[in-house]
Amino acid sequence: MEYRRPGLIERLAVPLRGMGQRLVLVSLVVVGFGFMFLANSNAVFVERLRTGVADVAAPILEVVLHPVEAVDRGIGHARELIALRSENARLRQEVRRLRAWQGTAHRLAAENEAFRAMLNYGGPERIGYLTARVIADGRGPFVKSVLVGAGARAGAAKGQAAVAGGVLVGRVTAAGARTARVLLLTDLNSRIPVIVEETRSRAILAGDNSARPRLQFVAENSELKIGQRIVTSGHAGVLPPGLPVGRVSAVAGGLIRVEPFADLARLEYLQIVKFAPLGAPGAVPDGTGSGNRRK
Amino acid sequence: MTGLWNRLDIWARRLIPAGLSVVLVLVTVIPFPIPGYGAIVPMLALASVFFWAIHHPGLLPPVVVFAIGLLQDILTGALIGSGAVVLLLAYGVVVSQRIFFRNKSFLVVWLGFMFVAAGAGAAGWLLAVGFSGRLIAADAALFQVVVTIAVYPLLTWILHGVHRLLPQEA
Repeated sequence: MEYRRPGLIERLAVPLRGMGQRLVLVSLVVVGFGFMFLANSNAVFVERLRTGVADVAAPILEVVLHPVEAVDRGIGHARELIALRSENARLRQEVRRLRAWQGTAHRLAAENEAFRAMLNYGGPERIGYLTARVIADGRGPFVKSVLVGAGARAGAAKGQAAVAGGVLVGRVTAAGARTARVLLLTDLNSRIPVIVEETRSRAILAGDNSARPRLQFVAENSELKIGQRIVTSGHAGVLPPGLPVGRVSAVAGGLIRVEPFADLARLEYLQIVKFAPLGAPGAVPDGTGSGNRRK
Repeated sequence: MTGLWNRLDIWARRLIPAGLSVVLVLVTVIPFPIPGYGAIVPMLALASVFFWAIHHPGLLPPVVVFAIGLLQDILTGALIGSGAVVLLLAYGVVVSQRIFFRNKSFLVVWLGFMFVAAGAGAAGWLLAVGFSGRLIAADAALFQVVVTIAVYPLLTWILHGVHRLLPQEA
């Protein structure tokens, strides 16, 4: 490749233009830092900009996703065909196993119903689900979050839980009109009130950007064992209690790690849980004297 | 009529560096159905900015670089402004060394990119740590830098093809 030598005017003009550009560059860096400080203090302006731009980009991302999805579906079909026989055998086995569980579930449901009638329990909390597609994946080295293509218009709101396949994935941290950002439970800023299902002892599941978040603020006397199930406690108000979160995978020297049930490396669709806890205004018709209502 | 088309054509071509960078930002955030893709996604926008800063900085002014970084921050959910600042710093460094990079063999340019990518990774990490106030493991960032450097030759090859479409100017 050949480049011609710059002429006299260019030689004079370039440094001048360069100086102006440098000034612009430096001021933009300053503006960038301004953004960071504002974002760090949760300024409304930054929040609006964030949701506004995401809302505008959402339709574009959805269009781009179409071919990606088509190819993925094609590959999936081919794979299923290849694995048909072994898959069939596996499913038969699973059906046999699950039939036993079905019986147990029916029995427990009936038993629960009876207990509820005895206790005069106020009825289950109102839960609605909103299915949304992941349209942008923000799992960079410093953040673990995804953008989904459903927002405030569809009923998503800050604080709601996001599940995939019935297990907790994270929670909504911002909702625009058409998009919502879901902070995954592995993110550095993720804090989720949980309980150990077996012992009912409370803790906080704190993300640290690694694949397995840590269990913090565990009660002193609670004995944690590897394999114990961790579920949401519902203590924060907006998260429904009892959502499966993960399993204790390591207990070593006060550092307890939890392996999430959710396959966070592959999220395509997730459900936002619209949850109205007992006692929330308009949630449940009043009048049933329920003892476990918390103020 | 032909004059108008001609001008439109030139304008469309002038938008290529910025447009392509935006496309690359979108590519980095699209949830490709590959397990673990999110963890290894390279800094494509950085590579694009690096390339255009050498070959055609006039078509990618600092304001556009800033906007691309901001878009990236918003879509990935990163600390807003951090990606923009990192891109601008990289851009500034490359533009100042532009004369050096021109006419150099690909290996030299790639080596330059390694430094820029490592610097960008380090700067991004420092900003993330500084603003979160917590020590974040740097392994993921390091991994991302390595992937970015590895992808650069392929991306350059594509961008060189695109570069030929551009109206020539100094």
